[in-house]
Amino acid sequence: MKFTVDWLKNHLDTKFNNNQIIDKLTNIGLEVESFESSTSELDTFIVAKIINAKTHPNADRLKLCDVDIGSDKTIEVVCGAPNAKNGLLTVYAPPGSIIPKNQMKLSVSKIRGVTSYGMLCSESELLLSNESDGIIELKNNKYASKIGEKYFKNTSEKVIDLSITPNRPDCLGVRGIARDLSAAGAGKLKINKKSNLKYRGNQNINVTIKKEKAQGCTIFGSCLIKGVTNKESPKWLKDKIRSLGQKPISAIVDITNYVMFDLNRPLHAYDADKIDNEIIVRSSSKGESFEALDNKKYILENDMCVISDRSGVLGLGGIIGGTRSGTKYSTKNILLESAYFLPRSIRKTSKHLNIDTDAKFRFERGIDPLSIEEGLIKASELIKQICGGEISNLDVKKIENYKKTIINFDPFLFEKTTGFNVENKELIKILEKLGFNVSKNKKILKLAVPSWRPDITQPIDIVEEIVRIKGYEHINISEPIKTRLKPTLNYYQKLFHFLQRSVASKGYLETVTWSFTDSKINQLFKENDQEIPIVNPISSDLNVLRNSIFPNLIFYLKKNLDRGFKDISLFEIGPSFKGKNPGDQLTVIGAVRAGMVSRLSWNEKERIVDTFDVKKDVIQSLYEAGINKDDIIIDDRTPSYYHPGKSGGVYLNKNEKNALAYFGEIHPNIIKKLDIKTEGLVIFEICLDYIKESKQKIKDLKSEYKFSDFQKSERDFAFIINKNFKSQELVNIIKSVDSKLIKSVRVFDVFEGENIPDGKKSIAVNVTIQSEEKTLNENDLDNINKLIISSVESKSGAKIRS
Amino acid sequence: MSDIKKIKDDYIDKLNTENNIEKVNNIKSELFGKNGIVSNEFKKLGLISVEERKKLASDLNNIKDELQNKISIKIQEIETKEINLKLEKEKIDVTLPERNIEIGKIHPVSQVIDEISSIFSEIGFSVEEGPDVENEYNNFTALNTPDNHPARDMHDTFYLDNNKELLLRTHTSPVQVRTMLKGKPPFKIIAPGRTYRSDSDQTHAPMFHQVEGLHIDKNINMGHLKGCLNYFIKEFFEVDKIKMRFRPSHFPFTEPSAEVDIGYEIKNGKIVIGEGNKWLEILGCGMVHPNVLKNVNVNPSKYQGYAFGIGIDRLGMLKYGINDLRAFFETDYRWLSHFGFDPLDVPSNYRGLSR
Repeated sequence: MKFTVDWLKNHLDTKFNNNQIIDKLTNIGLEVESFESSTSELDTFIVAKIINAKTHPNADRLKLCDVDIGSDKTIEVVCGAPNAKNGLLTVYAPPGSIIPKNQMKLSVSKIRGVTSYGMLCSESELLLSNESDGIIELKNNKYASKIGEKYFKNTSEKVIDLSITPNRPDCLGVRGIARDLSAAGAGKLKINKKSNLKYRGNQNINVTIKKEKAQGCTIFGSCLIKGVTNKESPKWLKDKIRSLGQKPISAIVDITNYVMFDLNRPLHAYDADKIDNEIIVRSSSKGESFEALDNKKYILENDMCVISDRSGVLGLGGIIGGTRSGTKYSTKNILLESAYFLPRSIRKTSKHLNIDTDAKFRFERGIDPLSIEEGLIKASELIKQICGGEISNLDVKKIENYKKTIINFDPFLFEKTTGFNVENKELIKILEKLGFNVSKNKKILKLAVPSWRPDITQPIDIVEEIVRIKGYEHINISEPIKTRLKPTLNYYQKLFHFLQRSVASKGYLETVTWSFTDSKINQLFKENDQEIPIVNPISSDLNVLRNSIFPNLIFYLKKNLDRGFKDISLFEIGPSFKGKNPGDQLTVIGAVRAGMVSRLSWNEKERIVDTFDVKKDVIQSLYEAGINKDDIIIDDRTPSYYHPGKSGGVYLNKNEKNALAYFGEIHPNIIKKLDIKTEGLVIFEICLDYIKESKQKIKDLKSEYKFSDFQKSERDFAFIINKNFKSQELVNIIKSVDSKLIKSVRVFDVFEGENIPDGKKSIAVNVTIQSEEKTLNENDLDNINKLIISSVESKSGAKIRS
Repeated sequence: MSDIKKIKDDYIDKLNTENNIEKVNNIKSELFGKNGIVSNEFKKLGLISVEERKKLASDLNNIKDELQNKISIKIQEIETKEINLKLEKEKIDVTLPERNIEIGKIHPVSQVIDEISSIFSEIGFSVEEGPDVENEYNNFTALNTPDNHPARDMHDTFYLDNNKELLLRTHTSPVQVRTMLKGKPPFKIIAPGRTYRSDSDQTHAPMFHQVEGLHIDKNINMGHLKGCLNYFIKEFFEVDKIKMRFRPSHFPFTEPSAEVDIGYEIKNGKIVIGEGNKWLEILGCGMVHPNVLKNVNVNPSKYQGYAFGIGIDRLGMLKYGINDLRAFFETDYRWLSHFGFDPLDVPSNYRGLSR
């Protein structure tokens, strides 16, 4: 909402200066976005000095001028003026300027092979005189110190731009703003002059508001103005319209706009001679159409509120008029409309047709239904003043009577809500200045809400009005109450924070990427999940919710590889979506590692990252998060985006459907499809939702501390075993031989090839044996050894290597 | 006796010049071995008279002590010399690089969420969460923003179906609704998380982060709201004093509503919070609207309280001098390394919010 201080003073008697007004507006909730002069097309023209004028290399009559425009560097301008010479002060127009004489927009151009940045202007080009023989010569004594400054002074008044919240339609007019300021003690609201307008004759175009279920109009006021001379608006009116940031059109249109911004009362002027017999306000039928004043043709749906005549639709009520009945300079007779349209109907229609106008913006927020006549009178008066003509009696048709909102307000609610007290006397004064009608019934105030405040419906709204006008600075600070109702974080929130930092501590950079992604990449990772498209995506490559955490991670990994980074470790913790209903989401950590380990190291052998790098990271993170080593098993069931042979899952049970985590190489097809160029690419993911919350706190989980001081023995075994036999199973077989005596089993060598039969491999394990009761003698150890060998051989088909 | 003294002197001289550990050991056995010179002298003691024996024994013992002492000093001397020589040869260039250090980082958004949670934890708030996909009711209607309300235009919403029934939450406020629907007052929660709006330019991203706050009890008023936010802002920006301004505003789900500005100035191109005459809007808040309380089955004549919503990304930008919001989500390795935080730098009350 834009207006000038002058305009405000038409409605407000105030001693406040501009800054005080600005502060007051912000303090009562009418936020000032800016307070500056409206920009003018002439702002770009600046005072400049020719430093050096030399002849154009390709044209004798042109000159090449180095021009000082007050910045660090001089500008090169090609100029045809005979008077362009060294040291001349003149007016410079940079590229983008619009030359007043011909309304041409300057651009950077080549003139006979030399680039010219802008132009030096003659008086005639600036419409200052007819002098066109040369460029302006400015007087040295006056302008020498002004190089770089604007040549034309901006004389336009400063404009206040307010950001009006949707609950305050009354402040979409200058008078409403003045009223709020007066309530806040910034002056006195001027009383509207009583009109002494003389009416002649009746409004003889019949108006009917059809009684329909979907009727969007409840009041239609109008008057006829006959014998007008439409013309350009007078300067004062043009200035007002320009200060709104709008272009003056004609007196009649400008007047209706002016009244709209002045009183927040939208009006519409019809060329009365173009109306076919009568006005019918009705709901549209599907397929009806009309051409609107924005020069677009709209095809209507059922139940849109239209103003029509016998020939069809004239306009969309409260939204936009039509060209068929629009006013022109030649218009002689006007029908002026001032109506009330229901916000809901306006909103539905304008959303559907995607139209946004000043009138629509106001009606959808709620216009004062009692301002119909005030608007007609104010506009008619101005039209008569400027365009002449005779005004008919006002004709107001309505199908519904306005009911005043009454609120019973207990002043105690104010203190209860805000924590401070305002005397009843002051409270009543504020409300009265805002337009409330106040009567007292013991402690309770009976308030009649002003018709221009559709937002006020219940006592809490009254609290807001009072505290807003009184000032939020009166609210006292109460020290925070530290009482805690429950622990800050629950198990999964703790797990989230813990794993996030656990993974980062292993050298991964955390990133945050969009929750949506490109369906083409998503497809590679979505498995059997259903795709979740966004109906109105921000762009076609962010068109679905991510079914997996990886599509964006891989996308950005590639971007970083393309930037020249070779060794990259990235992770994200966040949602992956399994369906489109609220809650169909999992919290997942996804991590990617690309490149080499120990690249360019002087003392370590460099190698490509592999599955066992990420296996370490994922297993260690799980251990750190409290997962028990003995509770997990590794299996090779993994999603299809993993390399089928080089990936694994971490499961709680052999037959569990969902793994806690997966790790391994990404499928080579994906690397190829996404054209990822790296030496190696391994990934892991942890699904937090599948980690089970332990019922016991750690204080209860710590078991009794037991250890054995008896001598321990280590034995190495090497087995020849089927190539596909899993080391995990071998280890389990050995452990199960005697879980009391066998303290640990470590795989320390695996190889295939030389001396090993085809389809077989050799696994060497180191077994630690220790009793908690005695020192084992050779005999005991031999027995264990034999048992280990026989168990492994019988259960796995392996053979001990001799 | 004089013989043995002479022998002793010879050996002392010998030892003085000897530098070879083996030769010193040879001397040791020459003197004290089974048939060593000194050993033999002791054997002779049995053959002489008691008086002579006493004196000779005493002399012999002295000689023995002197020689043994000399030998052990010599051995230590040679060993020390040898070790020093060896150490000299073993010197490495310790300025050569260490084995690769892999430094991980926590994203600024995560760090700021942890900072915020830590501060609110101190004054008794617990953390609640809600889903990213919401239904229209929780995101708008329950929050007193019915379909025909123009305030909906302020939220450019991503929809998941054509009926506009399912959407990506445009703010964290639906967590208020969920929390109150599933529990009984009092409520004292914050809800950080991802939020979505379909606009995108230099200062807007289609996804960003908010933290919602909600405190409902019997006598919670705007003074408590002011106190809570004053505490939070001071703690968060780690300054002693803060300039804070409450300004009336409008949100459908709070009444009265306010926007909060903090004072700042630009010093040497950096923003300084808490000083200066400029105002910066950082959050929206207000008293929870009675209509909202009714919608979640809380009796507004018994319970009341405040709610607030803060842009997390923006807070992080202000505190840590980050200019571009979109960079938060572009995963530039350089940016993540630069603005990221050490994973061990966990914000907490006892060890300080930040380093």
